[in-house]
Amino acid sequence: MRYAETGFSLEVDLTRGSIERVASDPKHTEHYLGGLGTNARVMWDRVGPEVEPFSEENLLIFGTGLLTGSPLPATNRTIVTSISPQTRLLAFSMMGGFFGAELKYAGFDKVICRGKSPELVYLWIDDGKVELRDAKHFRGLGTLETAELIRQELGDPMIQVASIGLAGENRVFFASIEQGRSSASRQGLGAIMGDKKLKAIAVRGKKDINVARPVEFMAHCNDALSYIKVREQNPIQGVMPIVAGLGSPQEMRVHDEQWHTENFVWGNARHRRKGFWTKEIEEAWTGTMESARTRLLSCHNCPLKCGAAISVDTRICSYMMKCFSKLTYTMGAMSDLKFGLKIAQKATEHGVDAFSAPQTMAFAIELYEAGILTDKDVEGWPADSEGRFYWLLDRIVRREGIGDVLADGTYWAAQRIGKGAMAFAHNCIKKHEQLPLKLGMLNPIYFLMYSTGEKINITQIEGNFPQQPFPTKEQREDFIKDWEHVPDQRFKDWFLDWELRGPKSIPNYPPPDATCEIVHWQEMMHYVDDSVGVCAGLSSFPLKPPYHIHNWPAIISSGAGIPLDERSLQHTVRRIRTLVRCNNIRRGMRRADDKPPEDHWKNRFPELEAKLLDAYYQFKGWNADGVPTLATLRELQLDFVAGEFVERGILKSEAP
Amino acid sequence: MKSTNGKTVKTIKIDVAKCNGCRACEVICAAFHAKPKYSSTNPARSRIRVIRDQVADVYLPVYAGEYTASECAGRDKYVIDGREYDECAFCRASCPSRDVFKEPDSDLPLKCDMCESDPTIKTPKCVEWCLAEALVFEEREVEDGKAPSVDDVDIGLRALAGVHGWPKVMDAASRLGGAGTGKKS
Repeated sequence: MRYAETGFSLEVDLTRGSIERVASDPKHTEHYLGGLGTNARVMWDRVGPEVEPFSEENLLIFGTGLLTGSPLPATNRTIVTSISPQTRLLAFSMMGGFFGAELKYAGFDKVICRGKSPELVYLWIDDGKVELRDAKHFRGLGTLETAELIRQELGDPMIQVASIGLAGENRVFFASIEQGRSSASRQGLGAIMGDKKLKAIAVRGKKDINVARPVEFMAHCNDALSYIKVREQNPIQGVMPIVAGLGSPQEMRVHDEQWHTENFVWGNARHRRKGFWTKEIEEAWTGTMESARTRLLSCHNCPLKCGAAISVDTRICSYMMKCFSKLTYTMGAMSDLKFGLKIAQKATEHGVDAFSAPQTMAFAIELYEAGILTDKDVEGWPADSEGRFYWLLDRIVRREGIGDVLADGTYWAAQRIGKGAMAFAHNCIKKHEQLPLKLGMLNPIYFLMYSTGEKINITQIEGNFPQQPFPTKEQREDFIKDWEHVPDQRFKDWFLDWELRGPKSIPNYPPPDATCEIVHWQEMMHYVDDSVGVCAGLSSFPLKPPYHIHNWPAIISSGAGIPLDERSLQHTVRRIRTLVRCNNIRRGMRRADDKPPEDHWKNRFPELEAKLLDAYYQFKGWNADGVPTLATLRELQLDFVAGEFVERGILKSEAP
Repeated sequence: MKSTNGKTVKTIKIDVAKCNGCRACEVICAAFHAKPKYSSTNPARSRIRVIRDQVADVYLPVYAGEYTASECAGRDKYVIDGREYDECAFCRASCPSRDVFKEPDSDLPLKCDMCESDPTIKTPKCVEWCLAEALVFEEREVEDGKAPSVDDVDIGLRALAGVHGWPKVMDAASRLGGAGTGKKS
C-alpha cells in the first residue's frame, strides 16, 4: 500500500491522443519524496539537453507534492515542471489553490504531458476516468472564463480547472497557468501548455488518500494548527507588517505599502520614490482596496488567507489576486492602485506572469523614451502610460507587431531589437525578470541566493533567516528566544552578532562560511516544501513557521510511511536539489550564469563575491564551475548522473 | 440540562461572510469519520460541504442532514446580497436528485453526527479546524414544542389499536414495561 501518494501517474500523449495510468516506482518516492523531487527525476530520465522547449519531446508535468491532499494544513501544492522557453532551463513553478488535492483525490500524483495535440483540447480527469475533449470553442477565451465554462459544460461546480489564456495559446514566454485562487506564473509554463495545444486540465476526484500512521500524523496536524493560531496572534516585532505573520506577504489584508512603494523601484525597475507614501496616498489606496476586495481567500486546507477576490467590473468577483501582484502593474506603469487592480484583471484572464509582464511593458516604454523603439514600432499607442500598458498587453498576448517581440520577455526582446536595448533588460537573472528591487550595499546572503537560486526567484529561496539585522542587541536576544527552527545554535550566534553598521555588518558579515550555511538552510527548507507539497507561506518563507527541519522528518514519515530522521531528510533534500542543478548543468548552465542583475546593488565587491561563490560551491560539493563533483553525485546515489556527466565530457572520470 | 419544556441541542452557527473557502472542514470531517480514525481523507466522504462559486463569490458551508428517499420541488432561487443561490444548495438532505452527502463508493447516505465518538469530544472537528471562525459551536436551549397531553396519547393508541387490535397493543405496552424507554426488558 502506498501512503500519502496514490502511486500512479497519468501519462498523456497529446500527439497520439493516448492516455495511460502508470504506476510509479516506490523507490523514487523514497529517494525524491514527490513534487519537485520526482519531477526532476522524470525530467532527467526523459528530457535530454537537446530537447527544445517547444517540441513534442518536452514534457509538461503537473506534479503534486508527497503530502498534497493530506490533512496536514497547507499541503496544496502542484509543482509544474518543464523546460522554460525563456530561460531554456528546468522550470518549476508552484501553484496552490485546489487543483493538486483534487488531482490526488482523482487517483493521480502527476499528470505528465508529452507531444502536441493537432487541435486545441482540454483534459478531463473524472475520478479516474480520463478523456481529451475538444476545446476549439474556448480558443482565445480568458483563464477564469474557460474554467467557468468547463464547469458548466461538465455540469459540476466542484471541478478544479487549470487553464491558459490568449498568452499561453500564443506562446508568450511569460504566460501563466491559472486556476482561480492560484497560478503557476513564473518561467513561461503557460506557453508550453499552449504549444501542446492543451487549453486546460479539469479534475474532479472522490477517492481516498491514506496515511501511514494516522493517529501520529493527526497529532502533527493539530500541533501545526495550534501553533498557527498562537503565531498569528503574536506577530514578530521589528519587521515590516506584511511579513510579521505567517503566509505569503499579506498584501491583500495589509494596507500599509510604505515599504514596497518606497524601497522597491518603479517603472522599468529604475526609480526609487522616497517619501511617496503620504497620508493622502494611504487613504486613497486603502479605499481602493477596501472597495475592490470582496473577500479574503484561502487555498485548500489552509487557515491563512493570503488571497482575495477582487471586483473591478460588473461581476461580483472579477478575479482572484495574491501577494505582490497587487503592486507590480501599478509600479511598472508609475500609476496608482486602482489602475493596478484593473489591468491585473485583464492580465489574469489572458494568463501572464505579474512580475515579467509589467516589467516587459515598462521596458518597452523606456525603449521608446530612449528612441530605440520608434513611433512606427508603436503606431497608434496612447500618450499616457496606463493606456500604453493596456495597448501593450493586448499586443503581447496576441503577438501582434511589437507585441510579438516583447512577448519573449525583456532579454530576448532586447536581443531582437538590438540598438543598445540590452542595457534596458537590466533586471534579469538567467534571462528571467526579477522583483523590482535595487539596493545600496551588497548583502552576502542575498548575493548567494540571487546567484544560485535555481527557481530564479528570490522569494523561492529566502525566508527563515531575517532579511536584515535587527537594530539593537535586546531585539535580537528577544527574537532568538523561541527560535527553535534553526538547524543549530550557530545560526542564533550569527544573528546575534549581525549589526546594521560597523565591522559585523554587510558586506563582510556574516562571513562566507556562515553565509553558506544560512543560504543552504533557507534553500533546503524550500526544497522540502516543493517536494512535500506544502505552501512556503507556512514553512520556508516566513520567520518562525509551524514546519521546520526538526519536525518535518516525523511529519513526513508518519504521513508517507518513509523512515526518515533529520540527517536522512537533509540527505534526501540535498539529492533533490543536486538533481535539479544537474538537469540545468546538462543543459549548459555554469558558474558564469550564477549572478544577480548587474545593478542590483550599487556597491559590488568582485573579490568578495568570487570568494563567496567559491565557498558556497565547495560547501555544496560542486566544482569551481558549479558542477556537482563525481564524489558528491556518488554520495547522493546519483551515479546515473555521474555516468552521464563523464560520458558527455562535463566531468572527467577519475583515474582508476 | 433538560428543562421541563425545552432541551439542549448541539448546533453550529455558520457565518458565511467569514468563510474563506479553504475546505479544511471537509478534510478533517472525512479524516475523523474514516475507519480506522484519521487513516484516510477524502472530501467526497465529508458530512460538510462548502458550496463554492468563485465568480459569484459564494462560499457556503452546508451540513449533511436526513436521508430522503424522494426528490422535492425545491428548485427555486434565492438572491442574497446580489448573490444567487440555488435553494437546493442550502438543503442538508441526502436525496436522489444530487450526488452530495453520499458515500462515493456505496451511495449510502451521510449525515453529520456532531462528531459523536467514544470518548466524546466537546467541539465538532470542523469547528475546531475553522480558524476563520466561520463555524462556531453552540449549545442552545430550544423549546421542545408543547408537552404531549394524555388526549394526544389516546389518539395515537386508538390508531394503533385500529391496525393491530387492542390485545396486541396492550401486550406490547406491558412487554415494554410501561416505561416507554424503548429498552427491552
